[in-house]
Amino acid sequence: MSFDLPLVFMFLMGVAILAYVVLDGYDLGVGMLLPAGDAEEQDVMVAAIAPFWDANETWLVLGVGLILVAFPLAHGIIFGALYLPTVAMLIGLMLRGVAFEFRVKAQGWHRELWNWLFYFGSFLASLAQGFMLGRYVTGFQPGFGYLVYALLVGGGLCGGYVLLGATWLVLRTEGALQRKALGWARWGLWWVALGVALVSAATPLVSGIVWEKWFDFPRTSALMLLPIASVAAGIWVWKSSGRLARGERIPEWAPFVGALAIFVLAFIGLAYTMFPYIVMDRLTIWEAAAHPSALKAVLIGAAVVLPFIVAYTAFSYRIFRGKARAGMYE
Amino acid sequence: MDSATALTLARAQFGLNIAFHILFPSLTIGLAWILVFFRAKYARSGDETWLAAYRIWTKVFALSFAMGVVSGITMSFQFGTNWPGFMNRVGNIAGPLLAYEVLTAFFLEATFLGVMLFGMNRVPGWVHQAATVLVALGTSLSAFWILALSSWMQTPAGHVIADGVLVAGDWLRVIFNPSFPYRFTHMMLASGLVASFVVSGLSAWRLLLAPGDAAARRSLRTGVLIAAALAPLQIVIGDLHGLNTLEHQPAKIAAMETIWKTEKGAPLVLFALPDEDRQRNDFAIQVPKGASLVLKHDPDAEVKGLDAFAPDVPPVAPLFFGFRVMVGLGLLMLFVAWAGVWLTRRGALPPRGFLWVFAGFTFSGWVATLAGWMVTEMGRQPWLVTGVLRTADAVGQISEAQLGASLTAYGATYALMLLAYIVVVTHLAGGGAGPRAPSEPMAKGAAA
Repeated sequence: MSFDLPLVFMFLMGVAILAYVVLDGYDLGVGMLLPAGDAEEQDVMVAAIAPFWDANETWLVLGVGLILVAFPLAHGIIFGALYLPTVAMLIGLMLRGVAFEFRVKAQGWHRELWNWLFYFGSFLASLAQGFMLGRYVTGFQPGFGYLVYALLVGGGLCGGYVLLGATWLVLRTEGALQRKALGWARWGLWWVALGVALVSAATPLVSGIVWEKWFDFPRTSALMLLPIASVAAGIWVWKSSGRLARGERIPEWAPFVGALAIFVLAFIGLAYTMFPYIVMDRLTIWEAAAHPSALKAVLIGAAVVLPFIVAYTAFSYRIFRGKARAGMYE
Repeated sequence: MDSATALTLARAQFGLNIAFHILFPSLTIGLAWILVFFRAKYARSGDETWLAAYRIWTKVFALSFAMGVVSGITMSFQFGTNWPGFMNRVGNIAGPLLAYEVLTAFFLEATFLGVMLFGMNRVPGWVHQAATVLVALGTSLSAFWILALSSWMQTPAGHVIADGVLVAGDWLRVIFNPSFPYRFTHMMLASGLVASFVVSGLSAWRLLLAPGDAAARRSLRTGVLIAAALAPLQIVIGDLHGLNTLEHQPAKIAAMETIWKTEKGAPLVLFALPDEDRQRNDFAIQVPKGASLVLKHDPDAEVKGLDAFAPDVPPVAPLFFGFRVMVGLGLLMLFVAWAGVWLTRRGALPPRGFLWVFAGFTFSGWVATLAGWMVTEMGRQPWLVTGVLRTADAVGQISEAQLGASLTAYGATYALMLLAYIVVVTHLAGGGAGPRAPSEPMAKGAAA
């Protein structure tokens, strides 16, 4: 049996990056919401993500590692072109990551400083990731319009992460904080809708390729399923958070699942937009792929180890199911 | 663009990142196993003092681990941005080794760290113990893969040329390349020494403030015992590692010992000011025939000098001094550790003067480790992969302005993080384990 190895690795890389975006997305979203809670609520909010953030962030290392290993040519081009936003993202992730520890271990005004850096780091990393995505889909073209476009995507992704973070808090908290989180979720949903509207309006202006791919009848009619399903998922988040806010007994994971669906649908759209390119309009996955011997070596390891990773990740989420409390995780 | 400046900046930036990063894994690899020991002792005895020691060192571990994780992510981007030539030429070998590190080590340690830190009252005691062991295993596995890659870059083996690029012909020979066993053992022992000196040093600091702290006394005793056992072992392994380097990278040894010219009965230089322009030493204090005796075990044997390898020779002064800092500090650490074993015998509290000495040696392992890494990495120059790829041929197209800006940003962030780290770790150690928060009752059977 022979595999189309670059295709397999494109799939693996996509899964790793989607896992990162969704998992660390809720961490970063909670980080950006931190200033909206009072001191005690902030401890609960951090406790709701503390046992998971480290493993969540590892999906980024895997995703970027897979680009490095499987598509080394693309890695150099992509992260060379995105050099400064990558530095900004990394510094944001560094500050956010160590702030988990410092904010509970530092004393006095240092504690406040690290709370602020937790927020700032989460925001910087989210904005940078969205900015990088905006640059990536437009093939790193120079010009002011492209920068504005990338900033729009950055702002939109921040809204998406806030939505994920808020719905995660709905699942992991109770009482007054949970009610607040339901409000944040609806607020995040508006933010996402605005972001999507602006990005959609701007896309035909900045990228002919993207436009052609999406508005090519009759393919368009099938493709329209994606935005329609996204709108349905958005309505689902809105309705379910409204019902939870009114105290109706529906599952508390309902809004989070809706937010998750929005991200998955957007990711499928993105994958469709890019394929078969790994660098837009310049380099296909087959042109960028590493030597088959290297790909095979990694594939064997991934096939053996990934099931274990999924199993113990599930085990960890099972251990920490239920509501988070302040002080529990210090 | 001046490519020489860009190369210097790219190297400076990568060097800064990797030097900052290595501080934390070098502590956590060893500390993880010390935590396994404390946790097991508590499980066996039910003695709360062991639990107190476990708790305080878990806090230090968690903080150090987070520092290592966030600084390590930077690496996965810089391989491609700073050294695209590296991935293009040897990516088919380096890539899979890095991928295996992520797959087998990073997820394991990150996931079970969550269980270890926050799960003590949520899972049975044996599961919590297992989580502690898995975290330690993860840190060591991570060291295994990255040392395999690092050693392969020093002494490449097992590769073939296929379709114009380097690919692995025999993965076992790639991983277990000639210098790997020495380098891996040397690094694991170094990590044990870093961790044991941090544990004994910070415990000494605690005892200066609170001489009655039982957990700090046990930690101090544990730290000095481990250090006293590992230090002599490290000297033996270090010597074997040196002989291995002489066999595979003789130019590195020639630079470390400032042997400028090939000669019979070469002297062992104890101290000198190497002058690279004139290829000679000033103010040299040396033992006649010493280098021949140490390196070849024969006082009249011929030792190859730098002239035999020119122009592909590493910079001499950083290697010469770096090596002496590492060895000198290693010997001092051996002496301090052995003194510590004597002074803490039968539960004794060492005199305050000695506690100050231990406290002063807290981060000595870091200095020795950085010096050692500097020697081995700069000693590989001008090669990035010995005999295969030159560093200058691997550098990327990132502009000087971008490199300079990012170097400054990283430098400022690292300075902030390191300062906060040392302040908080010292404060944590000084405050002891503290009373357990009432909201954190131990689960029944957690000690099992």
